[in-house]
Amino acid sequence: MTRTTGSTTLDAQTTTTLPGAEVLLRALVEQGVEVIFGYPGGAVLPIYDALFKQNHIRHILVRHEQAAVHAAEAYARSTGKVGVVLVTSGPGATNAVTGLLDAMMDSIPLVCLSGQVPTPLIGNDAFQEADTTGITRPVTKYNYLVRRPEDLAPAVHEAFAIARSGRPGPVLIDLPKNITVGDAPYVEAHAVTPRTTRMGSQPDRAAIARAVAAMKAGKRPLFYTGGGVINSGPQASAALRRLVDLTGFPVTSTLMGLGAFPGTDQRFLGMLGMHGTYEANLATYDCDVLIALGSRFDDRVTGRLDAFSPSSFKIHVDIDPSQINKIVHVDEGIVGDVGQIIDLMIEEWEKQPAYAHKSDLAAWWAQIESWRALDCLRFGQNKAPDAVIKPQQAIQRIYELARQTGRDTYVSTEVGQHQMWAAQFFRFDAPNHWLTSGGLGTMGYGLPAAVGAQIAHPDALVMDIAGEASTLMNIQELGTIAQYRLPVKIFIINNHYMGMVRQWQELLHGSRYSESYSDALPDFVKLAESFHATGLRATRLDELDATIQKALEHNGPVLVDICVAEGENCFPMIPSGAAHNQMILGPEQEAGSATISKEGQMLV
Amino acid sequence: MQVEVSGSAVISLLVDNESGALARIVELFSGRGYNIQSLTVAPVDEHSQTSRVNIVTTGTQSSIWQVKTQLERLVPVSRVVNLTAEGPYVAREMALVKVVSSGEPRTEALRIAQAFRARAVDTTASSFVFELTGSTDKLDSFIELMRPLGLVEVSRTGVASICRGPQTIQNF
Ligand SMILES: Cc1ncc(C[n+]2csc(CCOP(=O)(O)OP(=O)(O)O)c2C)c(N)n1
Ligand SMILES: [Mg+2]
Repeated sequence: MTRTTGSTTLDAQTTTTLPGAEVLLRALVEQGVEVIFGYPGGAVLPIYDALFKQNHIRHILVRHEQAAVHAAEAYARSTGKVGVVLVTSGPGATNAVTGLLDAMMDSIPLVCLSGQVPTPLIGNDAFQEADTTGITRPVTKYNYLVRRPEDLAPAVHEAFAIARSGRPGPVLIDLPKNITVGDAPYVEAHAVTPRTTRMGSQPDRAAIARAVAAMKAGKRPLFYTGGGVINSGPQASAALRRLVDLTGFPVTSTLMGLGAFPGTDQRFLGMLGMHGTYEANLATYDCDVLIALGSRFDDRVTGRLDAFSPSSFKIHVDIDPSQINKIVHVDEGIVGDVGQIIDLMIEEWEKQPAYAHKSDLAAWWAQIESWRALDCLRFGQNKAPDAVIKPQQAIQRIYELARQTGRDTYVSTEVGQHQMWAAQFFRFDAPNHWLTSGGLGTMGYGLPAAVGAQIAHPDALVMDIAGEASTLMNIQELGTIAQYRLPVKIFIINNHYMGMVRQWQELLHGSRYSESYSDALPDFVKLAESFHATGLRATRLDELDATIQKALEHNGPVLVDICVAEGENCFPMIPSGAAHNQMILGPEQEAGSATISKEGQMLV
Repeated sequence: MQVEVSGSAVISLLVDNESGALARIVELFSGRGYNIQSLTVAPVDEHSQTSRVNIVTTGTQSSIWQVKTQLERLVPVSRVVNLTAEGPYVAREMALVKVVSSGEPRTEALRIAQAFRARAVDTTASSFVFELTGSTDKLDSFIELMRPLGLVEVSRTGVASICRGPQTIQNF
C-alpha cells in the first residue's frame, strides 16, 4: 500500500504543520462546512477539543448516531451542500451504518468522520475498535482509513469531491486517534487532484439528437423524472420546466423526484409506481415514448418488469452509466448530468423540424384527462363533527393549512402509509423541499431529518409527517429539538398500526395481523411535554383543523398526535408483481381489482 | 423476452495500489451476484502505485457490461477493459502440478509433461512438480491427463492477460 488519496503537490516551504484534529477542521472549513451533526466518544475527543476552540463550525449534538446521519442527509438534500457527520469509533460508527446506506440509496452527498483506535492498536480488538472501513465499504461510495498524517488533509478534500461528484453519495473517513492527536501537514484543496477527475465524459450529442427525434415522433409521450433532477441542482428543475413548456408533454415523477416539476401544474400527473396515481400509471403503461430523466427504474416504480411500459421507445438520461440498461432495456441511453442534458435536449428540440403530432398529443391529453377524472385519491370522509378522522383527511388538511401560511415549507416523513399519502397529497412547487427515505425506506428517518432541515433553514416551516410506529424509532431526537429550540412540527398520523404492514397483511396474508398492532403506545402529548415541547391531540373531525392551525401558529416545537381511522389502506396500489394496468383502487373508485400472484407474494 | 447466452470474459483493470481496493472489487462481484472464475493482481508500474487486476467472469453480455460499468464507478479503479469484447488478446496462466506415482504411470506422466513442454521443477524418487504455462484450456487438459497418473495437488495462478498488437489497456 503506497497511497490512499489522490495525488498532491506538497510545497515544502509553505506547508503548515498542526495537530491532526486542527488540520481536519481547517480542511472542513476550506470545504465550506458550517454545520456538523455528531456525538462524542473517546476516539474523537481530540476532534471535539479542537471544535471547542474554534468558531467557524457549529456542532449539533444529536441523541443517536443514526439520527446524526439522517439529519445531515436532510441538511444536504435541502441545501444542496454536503452533509457532515462526526461519530466515535466502534458503536458510534456502527450506529451510523443505516444512515450511510440510506444516503447511498438516495444519492445524498455526505462526509462521515469516524474515530478509530490508534493505528498501532488496529487489529487487536482494542476497546471500541470496529473494522469500520470493512463494515462501511458496501454502504459508502468510498471510504478511507487515514494511516499517515500526510494523508489526512488530502483525504478530506478528496472525500468532499467524491461525495458531490457524479452520482452523489456518502464517504467515510476513519480517523485513528494518533492521527488526530499527532501533527500533520496542512494541504490546501487546490493542491489535491481528486480521483473524480477520471470520471465524466462529454455528453453524446448524437444520442441526444436521436432521443429528441424519437420525442418528436412520439404521439403519446411521457416524462418520467427522478431524484437525479434534484441532485443536479435547481437549474435542472428550471430546465425541466422549460422542456415541458416547449413540448407540452405530461410529466410523472418518482418519490425522490417530487418537487423537480411543480406539483400544482396541470401537466403533472402525480407520482407513478406502487402508490402512484391512476393517470400516471396508465400513462406509463400506454405511452409510446418514455423519457426517463434522472430516475432509475426502481422496482417500486416498474412493477412487473415484462409489463412495464410495454410499447414505448425508452430514453434514459442518467449521470451513472451503470444505471442504464440495469433493469429495463432502453432504446437510447444518455450518460451525463441531467440538467446539462435537458439543456441540450432543448437546443436540439428547437433545431429539429417542428413537432408534427400536435393532434395526437391532444388526443393523448384527452385520454389522460379521462383517467384523471376518476379522481383516484378521493376518499370518503364522514363529515359529522365527531367523526373519526381519516388519515388522508389529516394529511390533506396539513398540506392545505401549511400552504395557506405562505411560508417556505420543508416536509420530512417517516416510512409507511403516511409517507405515501404525503407523497400523494402534498404538491411541491420547488425542489429540495421534500425529505423522505426512498431507496432504503428507513423508519426513523423523519424526525432527525426535520432536525437537519430546521438547522439548515431556521426561519422556514419544517414539518415531519410521521407514523406512530416509525416515530418511536428515533424519538430521542426530541431532545435535540429541545436543546436547539427547533420549532419543528411533528404530525403523528396515529392509526395504532404499522399501517403499511397491516395493509399488506390484509391484502396478502388473509388479514392475519401478525405483530403489526402498535400496542402500549406512549401518551404522545405527555411525551412531548417531557421533552419541553408542546403536545396536542386531535381525535374527532371537528378538532382537526383547529389543532393543525394551533401547531402551525406556535413558534416552538410541537408534536401533534392525530388519532385516525385504524383500517384505512393506501390506494391506488399496484401489488408487487403486477403490471401498471392492474392497479387496486380505493373503495371510492370501485373499479376492478387485481389479484396478487404467488410470485407477487415473494416480492416485497 | 429473448434468452441471452452466457459466456466467459476476461476483464482487465488498473487500480490504485491501496488497501481496500481489492476488497472493493471482490465485494462488488459477491454483493451483486456476479461470479469470479479467477483473479490475479500485482503492481505493474515502476513505483508500485498501480496494480493490474485480471478477472475471468461468466455471464450474459449485458451482465458483463453491467459488471464493467459498476467497476468503473469504483474510486480506486482508473481503467476497465473487457478484453474479450475488445478484440484479440493473450491470456496465460501458470500451474504447479504435483504427481506422485511410480513405474509405468510415472514414466507416462513425464512423457506427457514433455509433450506439453511442462518443466519438472521438483523431482524426488516418488514425485514430480511440473510447472506449466499456457492458456486455461491447455492447463485444464494437462491436469485431466495427469489425474489417472497420480495427480495429488494443483496450484494455479489465475489468468494474466493483455491485448495483442501495439495498443495498451490505456488506449481503448
Ligand atoms: C427500520 C425499519 N424496520 C421495518 C420496516 C418495515 N416497515 C415498513 S412500513 C412499517 C410500518 C410503519 O408504521 P407507522 O410508522 O405507524 O406508519 P403507517 O404505515 O401506519 O402510516 C414497517 C414496520 C422499515 N421500513 N424500516
Ligand atoms: Mg401507524
